[in-house]
Amino acid sequence: MNLPELGPLWLSLQLAASATVVLLVLGTPLAWWLSGTRSRLKPLVEAVTALPLVLPPTVLGFYLLLLMSPRSWLGGLWVEVTDTTLTFSFAGLLIASVVYSLPFMVQPLQAAFESLGRGPLEAAAALRASPLDAFLSVAAPLSLRGFLTAAVLTFAHTIGEFGVVLMVGGNIPGKTRVISIAIYEHVETLRYAEAHTLAAGLLLFAFVVLVFVYVFNRRLPVHVA
Amino acid sequence: MSPDREGTTLEVDVQVAFSGFDLQVEQAIPAAGVTAVFGPSGSGKTTLLRSLLGFEAGSRGRIALNGDVWLDSEAGVDVPPHRRPVGCTFQDGRLFPHLDVAGNLRYAERRSAGASAVSITRDDVVDALDLEPLLDRRPNTLSGGERQRAALGRALLSRPRLLLLDEPLSALDRRRKAEIMPYLLALHPRFGIPTLYVSHAVDEVALLADRVLVLAEGRVQAFGGTVEVLEELDLASLTERFQAAAVLEARVSAHDDQYRLTWLDLDGQRLSVPRIEHLAVGESARLLVRSRDVSLATERPSPTSIRNVLSGVLVSLHQDEATAFAEATVDLGSHRLRARITRASAAELGLAIGSPVFALLKSVSLDTRAGR
Repeated sequence: MNLPELGPLWLSLQLAASATVVLLVLGTPLAWWLSGTRSRLKPLVEAVTALPLVLPPTVLGFYLLLLMSPRSWLGGLWVEVTDTTLTFSFAGLLIASVVYSLPFMVQPLQAAFESLGRGPLEAAAALRASPLDAFLSVAAPLSLRGFLTAAVLTFAHTIGEFGVVLMVGGNIPGKTRVISIAIYEHVETLRYAEAHTLAAGLLLFAFVVLVFVYVFNRRLPVHVA
Repeated sequence: MSPDREGTTLEVDVQVAFSGFDLQVEQAIPAAGVTAVFGPSGSGKTTLLRSLLGFEAGSRGRIALNGDVWLDSEAGVDVPPHRRPVGCTFQDGRLFPHLDVAGNLRYAERRSAGASAVSITRDDVVDALDLEPLLDRRPNTLSGGERQRAALGRALLSRPRLLLLDEPLSALDRRRKAEIMPYLLALHPRFGIPTLYVSHAVDEVALLADRVLVLAEGRVQAFGGTVEVLEELDLASLTERFQAAAVLEARVSAHDDQYRLTWLDLDGQRLSVPRIEHLAVGESARLLVRSRDVSLATERPSPTSIRNVLSGVLVSLHQDEATAFAEATVDLGSHRLRARITRASAAELGLAIGSPVFALLKSVSLDTRAGR
């Protein structure tokens, strides 16, 4: 039996973990703002956030590719600063994944924050907690389930992405060949045994992760005010 | 009464407008003792409280405590809630569910340490509210009364200069209310923090408050000492009918050890109540008499099991044509009593304004505060 290269698996895990971390940092304040704002911009921002859910990955990938090309402002800046191109690089993949998985981080968090209601935060404010303090000490711990759901969905969704990666990253071993691309490549070249091993591995991985999440989620206390 | 930490005034001059409701309150409230904010549901009590806390973004006008301005919309001042030195409890308690009781107390304690000149220690609070056995319990394992006690403790540990209590008893049944009442009564004498106590229950107000601010439909309807305000008010219009009551202030004249009674003197008339242990002869006690517990007679009744009969003069008789009932007001000298009787008995007795009547008190609630 021909064992497939494990590089693509490793790369996928790295990409998904990085995207999850970046999105936790960027998505949390965005979700927090969306959950509390009465701004007229809110529906616009919500729509933009949800776009990756409805757009075909190729559409998203196409525009990201244009944005990252050395002739665009972002791609050009990247070349100037790092002396490498953003397209067909891990950094480019990461940016694409962050955009692609944004709703999977923001929507569960926003729902979790909204379900808190104003009660706990008002109680915190009345106890002299500043808004940031109240978020960290009350809202975040009460939204643990939301954070867990958001992080796992983001991670899993990034592992599973294909179209955007192919458009933006191509298929460079060790750099942009993630597991879904590798499986596609194995199938295209009729190496079904390797495709099977990777595909079954991914299936098992996804299953184990989801079971873990559901078990863990049941153990987390539900906080009903 | 213990000395208050603030000998000053809470200046309130606020307007809050929602669609369909607006609140306009202009009142200087002495920042001392317990002031009840009283009125029926929907009268704006909670809105006023939220405005004081800084939670009503639409508040206009001016709020200042002891000269510290919290809101002055003309000058563009609106101190955010977490910088206002106010402690509060909410109707639903709002303990943090992810922390145990000790954690909730610590939450308040940490954030007020050094931020306030008020010195209240955790031990004081735990002792005053008997929180020791609750410390490692989670809020969702507490009874309604225990939750309110813990919330009171947490509010005190925020070391506030003003304490706002929003109907702390409203979510509790009678038995639980009776459990909490002694703690509430002991709170102000022990910690001396000026308190606004929001309630729609006359008995709570009568027992707890030094003065009362009456709200109706978003406006101040009356403000003054508890006894006077409750005497003057047409309570029937503000409360559910059965709540109407009068507050009497009587002096302890003797204790009777044989029958475990305490004798009280009310303008020269004698009353007896179950023995009040903590009041000495000469001290004054505040009594709450519900109008539904008062019967009227035109002659002094022959011996009955009712111990307390007061003589007075009928000064008003309000017949409610829509019901079977009438509300009578009896002048006792320096106090007035209300009686809820049927219109039929009013007619049979031939009650006339200005005629002498005897009031039979079926039961009397007692303010258990010492030294008032």
